[in-house]
Amino acid sequence: MTDVIVPQIAGGEPAYAAAHEEHGPTGLMKWITTTDHKVIGLSYMITSIVLFYIAGLLALGIRVQLTTPHGTFISFQQYNELFTMHGSIMLYLFAGPFAFGGLANYIVPLQIGAPDMAFPRLNALSYWLYLGGSIMMLLTFGVAGGAADFGWVAYAPLSTTTYTPGVGADMWIMALVLTGFSAIFTGVNLITTIFYLRAPGMTMFRMPIFTWNMLVTGILILIAFPVLTAALVMLFADRHFGAKIYAVTGCHTVAGAVDVHACGSAVLWQNLFWFFGHPEVYILALPFFGIVTEIFPVFSRKPVFGYKGMVFATMAIAALSTGVWAHHMFTTGTVLLPFFSLMSLLIAVPTGIKFFNWIGTMWRGQLVYTTAMLMSIGFLFAFLMGGVTGVMLASPPIDFFVHTTYFVVAHFHQVLFGTAVFAGFAGVYYWYPKMFGRMLNERLGKLHFWLLFAGFWVTFIPMYVLGLSGMPRRVASYPTGLGWHVWNDVSTVGSFMIAVSFLVLLVNFWVSWRYPVPAGDNPWDAHTLEWFTTSPPPHHNYTHLPLIRSERPTWDYNHPDAPTIRYDHGRGGHPNGHGPYSGGNGAGPSGHGDGAPGAAEQVPAT
Amino acid sequence: MKIESRFLIGIGVFFGIIAISYWFTSYEDGGTLMLVGATTLGLVPGAYYFFWHRRFQGSKYFFWGRTDRAVGTRPEDRDDATIADGAGVVSSFPGSSIWPITLAAGAFVLLLAFVFGTWLALVGVSVILIALIGVTAESRRGGRY
Ligand code: HEM
Ligand SMILES: [Cu+2]
Repeated sequence: MTDVIVPQIAGGEPAYAAAHEEHGPTGLMKWITTTDHKVIGLSYMITSIVLFYIAGLLALGIRVQLTTPHGTFISFQQYNELFTMHGSIMLYLFAGPFAFGGLANYIVPLQIGAPDMAFPRLNALSYWLYLGGSIMMLLTFGVAGGAADFGWVAYAPLSTTTYTPGVGADMWIMALVLTGFSAIFTGVNLITTIFYLRAPGMTMFRMPIFTWNMLVTGILILIAFPVLTAALVMLFADRHFGAKIYAVTGCHTVAGAVDVHACGSAVLWQNLFWFFGHPEVYILALPFFGIVTEIFPVFSRKPVFGYKGMVFATMAIAALSTGVWAHHMFTTGTVLLPFFSLMSLLIAVPTGIKFFNWIGTMWRGQLVYTTAMLMSIGFLFAFLMGGVTGVMLASPPIDFFVHTTYFVVAHFHQVLFGTAVFAGFAGVYYWYPKMFGRMLNERLGKLHFWLLFAGFWVTFIPMYVLGLSGMPRRVASYPTGLGWHVWNDVSTVGSFMIAVSFLVLLVNFWVSWRYPVPAGDNPWDAHTLEWFTTSPPPHHNYTHLPLIRSERPTWDYNHPDAPTIRYDHGRGGHPNGHGPYSGGNGAGPSGHGDGAPGAAEQVPAT
Repeated sequence: MKIESRFLIGIGVFFGIIAISYWFTSYEDGGTLMLVGATTLGLVPGAYYFFWHRRFQGSKYFFWGRTDRAVGTRPEDRDDATIADGAGVVSSFPGSSIWPITLAAGAFVLLLAFVFGTWLALVGVSVILIALIGVTAESRRGGRY
């Protein structure tokens, strides 16, 4: 039997009703066979956070090794495995799956008023493929020869069997094939859900920015991931089936000359990888932009500033991000420097628009400094600095100077930490009450934030200094006398501050589990649809829905005297000169939206 | 439908422009090919949506064949739709299913076969086949509570 959702009219109020509760298996079997997007989303988030902790421990290992010159904590081989697995787990198994597989899976159907994802069984398949890939990647620590050790980018020909024999590398490739398919399936699923399962009145330009960003991310995934998967399959063919796609050995003629037709191309891998890799960077950024764009308006008590500008900036970032891949290859000498430099610099423009709009959202708002809000502000600072150094790196003369130094490591950690950690855990603090029906402790949350914020700068600022003074990345040992020692020590201290801050988060989870504080449906007085239903939401999400007349249906429902007006429409003026509200002029939240044909918002009566 | 189709066609047009300008500035075929791929990724579904939008003025369902009257814009595309406008069957959703995890397990084993030996492929392929049959039969019967 299948569940059929029939909207019903209940008590005069238009209502959706889940026709049937699920009477399926219970216990472990229930989890294994589930097709509920909320259970799948939660499984994704929990798995990826566990992997985040594992990758964090690996980072601590890296930092301990670098505390002293000529460190002896681990061997060079182990060091290579450590940074490879740290990077691989953080990027492939934590940041992307957390945001796109987890949060989006859970929140997007709720935000658009859908009962589930469009293809629930495909959704379950995505999760299990992801789990399988993650397990496969972790298992490589136990195989003969150890885990993969060629960096998260697996540059060929370094990653061919000549230089990296061993099962660990093969399993690394296969793990990424699994998670790659998982990402593609989730992308298809989310896009279809957004196109076909929106609630009546939820037009595209009333969708929350979070949902918009996930839609654009889904498209980016469909552009980028197939390229990665194909490149990996070719790499595997090179390794085991004697293909010569990337390999540059064994192509000498008997006379000793190089036979170019028997040779692969060394930079081909880099082209393919970065055609995936740079969009991937934005696959890891846009969802997190979406998270903070939900949080800033709620805790500024205002609608988002420049809604349409935000949407178009997201699209522009995504579009440009696919035309910049070779800025990672400036120093190969085989790419068109002006084209890729210009395209990279252009991305700063839509990103700047986003910053402008975030600040505009907070401007003259009534700011409420919850942990989620603090984390989002932390994101602003971190991403700003990472973004500025990114603009520097987009300029070839600078990149030639600092390429493959710790300057780059500092840059991408500021970007990725800003998004995946600050914004990601902002999302955890923000949506946790919705998912579990109980609050997280704010005092512990703030302790978490401040430790993390301090530790973040102490860890990564020294890396800029190290990079500028010439320390290369991916080295397990460095000499004395270059002034690198002290900065490495500072960085290690910072990394332990970060580690402590994440212990505080564990304590917070424990406290909320042991001493629950009920959250209610809408503890933050938030704006979007997911806060209209119960916490946690029932099977198939909604028993009834409010009228949708703006991108803030729940707010409109709860504040009939202050319906949403959007700046960028400018209709009806701005009653307070700057204020977002109509100032209680008595216009209802619903009803007379037909005043102007096609008007999306309430027009104030004044 | 209209905005969805514009969104996708916009992607296609953008990548078309980038692909052309990249080809004529670099004459590099690998990157150009990937950009052309991205162009079709936008244009094909975009054209599909455009087609259905025009033909039915946005029918909610995938109707094949002609209908005489325009079904009208979908409630989710209308500014003034009320929840009651969406009355009717939204969609049918499967209950719980054992086949996704079975399929994933089969894929897991199949990929390991490439690493550890072909005999594993036998197991992997069998599990995948069973899961595919299972999931298809389930769709026909309509799933299980
Ligand atoms: C606990 C905080 C973290 C610390 C202390 C840390 C530390 C480091 C260090 C020292 C390296 C350089 C290793 C080397 O080049 O020799 C590194 C590499 C890297 N980290 Fe982190 N990291 C942290 C969090 C993260 C996060 C949150 C992400 C991404 C979401 C991330 C992604 C990466 C990547 C992609 C690499 C490059 C690996 C490679 O070179 O192949 N890290 N990390
Ligand atoms: Cu890049």
